[in-house]
Amino acid sequence: MKIRTRNRIAQTTAFWLFRFATYAILAAATYIFLDIGIKGSRTLFTTRAPFINVPFFTQGPQTLFVFDYEGKKYTLSDREFRAWKTEHPVEVEATSVAYSAGGVWPCIVGTALLVVGSMIFALAVGICSAIYLNEYSQNTRFIRLIRIAILNLAGVPSIVFGLFGFGLFVIFLHWNVSLLAGWLTLGLMILPAIITASEESLRAVPNGLREGSLALGATKWQTIRKNVLPYAVPGILTSSILGIGRVAGETAPIMFTAAYALRDEMPWQVQRWTDFVFQGVMALPYHIYVVSSKIPQNEYTERMQYGAACILLLLVFAIALASIVLRERTRRHLSW
Amino acid sequence: MVVMENEKITHPAPPLELQKPPEPELRQPVMINVNDVDFCYGTHQVLFDVNLEIPPRAVTAFIGPSGCGKTTLLRCFNRMNDLIDGARISAGSIRMEGRDIHAPEVDVVDLRRRVGMVFQKSNPFPKSIYENVAYGLRVLGVNKKSQINEAVEKSLRASALWDEVKDRLDSSAYGLSGGQQQRLCIARALAVEPEVILMDEPCSALDPIATAKVEELIYQLRENFTIVIVTHNMQQAGRCSNYTAFFYLGRLIEFGATSKIFSNPSERQTEDYITGRFG
Ligand SMILES: Nc1ncnc2c1ncn2[C@@H]1O[C@H](COP(=O)(O)OP(=O)(O)O)[C@@H](O)[C@H]1O
Ligand SMILES: [Mg+2]
Repeated sequence: MKIRTRNRIAQTTAFWLFRFATYAILAAATYIFLDIGIKGSRTLFTTRAPFINVPFFTQGPQTLFVFDYEGKKYTLSDREFRAWKTEHPVEVEATSVAYSAGGVWPCIVGTALLVVGSMIFALAVGICSAIYLNEYSQNTRFIRLIRIAILNLAGVPSIVFGLFGFGLFVIFLHWNVSLLAGWLTLGLMILPAIITASEESLRAVPNGLREGSLALGATKWQTIRKNVLPYAVPGILTSSILGIGRVAGETAPIMFTAAYALRDEMPWQVQRWTDFVFQGVMALPYHIYVVSSKIPQNEYTERMQYGAACILLLLVFAIALASIVLRERTRRHLSW
Repeated sequence: MVVMENEKITHPAPPLELQKPPEPELRQPVMINVNDVDFCYGTHQVLFDVNLEIPPRAVTAFIGPSGCGKTTLLRCFNRMNDLIDGARISAGSIRMEGRDIHAPEVDVVDLRRRVGMVFQKSNPFPKSIYENVAYGLRVLGVNKKSQINEAVEKSLRASALWDEVKDRLDSSAYGLSGGQQQRLCIARALAVEPEVILMDEPCSALDPIATAKVEELIYQLRENFTIVIVTHNMQQAGRCSNYTAFFYLGRLIEFGATSKIFSNPSERQTEDYITGRFG
């Protein structure tokens, strides 16, 4: 009797513990999303048509100038302030707030470039390694060692990847702060995840398909190319999309290797096309880091912080959604 | 069930076979020659001193209880066991038309083209019916559309599938029934014009009607191909094979004309197995 009561109490306690843990996470997540969403949408949207804050999406960050003139309060961006001054040739006492006017267009472009380049690199290398590990290699001690190394690599903090990329690409190879260094650093960071996901997708292809193909006189490479890889690719891409979220959102790997706090030219404004990969870019996560911890905070800085955070959040959210849609689609398409 | 099956499908095999006088010991020349073969998975030996001569243009059935090594021996013939870590023929040799299939100059890819295989679990590729049959040709480097079309039709006709699928060659092979899928796998194997076709319990997942169709097909195919079929089903071995090999615990117990094995086996173990006293 007593034991039963004790068991029941233990069960109820455990149950409530789990329930509270879940609720706590849910509450925290809701708070964060609502906070960023509400404050961010004040930046992203306007009350007048076209209801979208166009300059925020099309301009680079500018300094904000705040001043009083003839009893009226002005908050103007750098460009607007200069235009205003040519019209009003008077001396005004303006407070300047760095980064708090304009928008995040170069950051969006930079992040997109970083994501595309590093994903291409990581997918190319990751799929090749996964094919080697899953299709060609035998289960030797060396291969087991490689697998353990890959698992460990997945656990390395991103700042370590950042320092590694800084040491190797930026300093040793003299690439400076550049897209190329960022691509390789970010690519290496998600490589373990890509390899693991690719291996899993390859393993999900039934062995009967490999044997059936080999038994028809196909070589191993033909079998992989025609009868294994095509069925694994949707799975590989789907799991890689989650990797995109990580690449888009990480600050540490790019802060020493690829990101500029401020850059006036857009990435395509390079002198020679070979310079393209050797230029640094602005990037959303690094921009958020800069505007929220590198400049003195006041009531005018919040706008940019929440706007940028909200865009990054939307971006990652859209990517995750795309991955779910893709997964459902391919699941229906390929089933054995 | 059995009665219905017999009514629906004409079975030339058993009566003919039984009326014919038992075939002379073995027709020459031999297609596949198995000499003193021992086979190991790592340290686990599963075949012991197997000697066997598989005649050309005939159906040879491998029977025996589960785990006695039928699949293993079958997969030796097209060297599918090469894919398994640690699996090897530890003694003896296998020759095809007189040539050792493990000789260094033998190209395993070419061997597998010549020795087709139909698997126990039917494994159509997740492609269209047409592409399934064309696959073997494409990997051989055949690109001419007309040549592929012709081969696809010929193979599908040969596997008695043409009339059922000719209007939906471009739809997925997964839309076919189990029996059709297995016949598609046979058609796929036929398309590369092999000399030998290995079948590992091709009907184990099929219902009686589909089974009867596949059996009938096997019986027809023996005119042009050397067929080796593993089966668990005694009636099936009796119906569609010319020769039968009985295996037990990794040893070949008895090999001879099917009619003889079934009517007058010389080994006690064979008789016990065939009459269902064990296995
Ligand atoms: N890949 C493998 N690795 C190790 N042992 C195997 C493997 N495949 C089969 N065996 C063993 O070999 C023996 C013969 O198997 P198999 O040839 O499949 O028999 P059958 O087809 O007659 O049922 C069995 O004892 C089985 O456990
Ligand atoms: Mg078997």
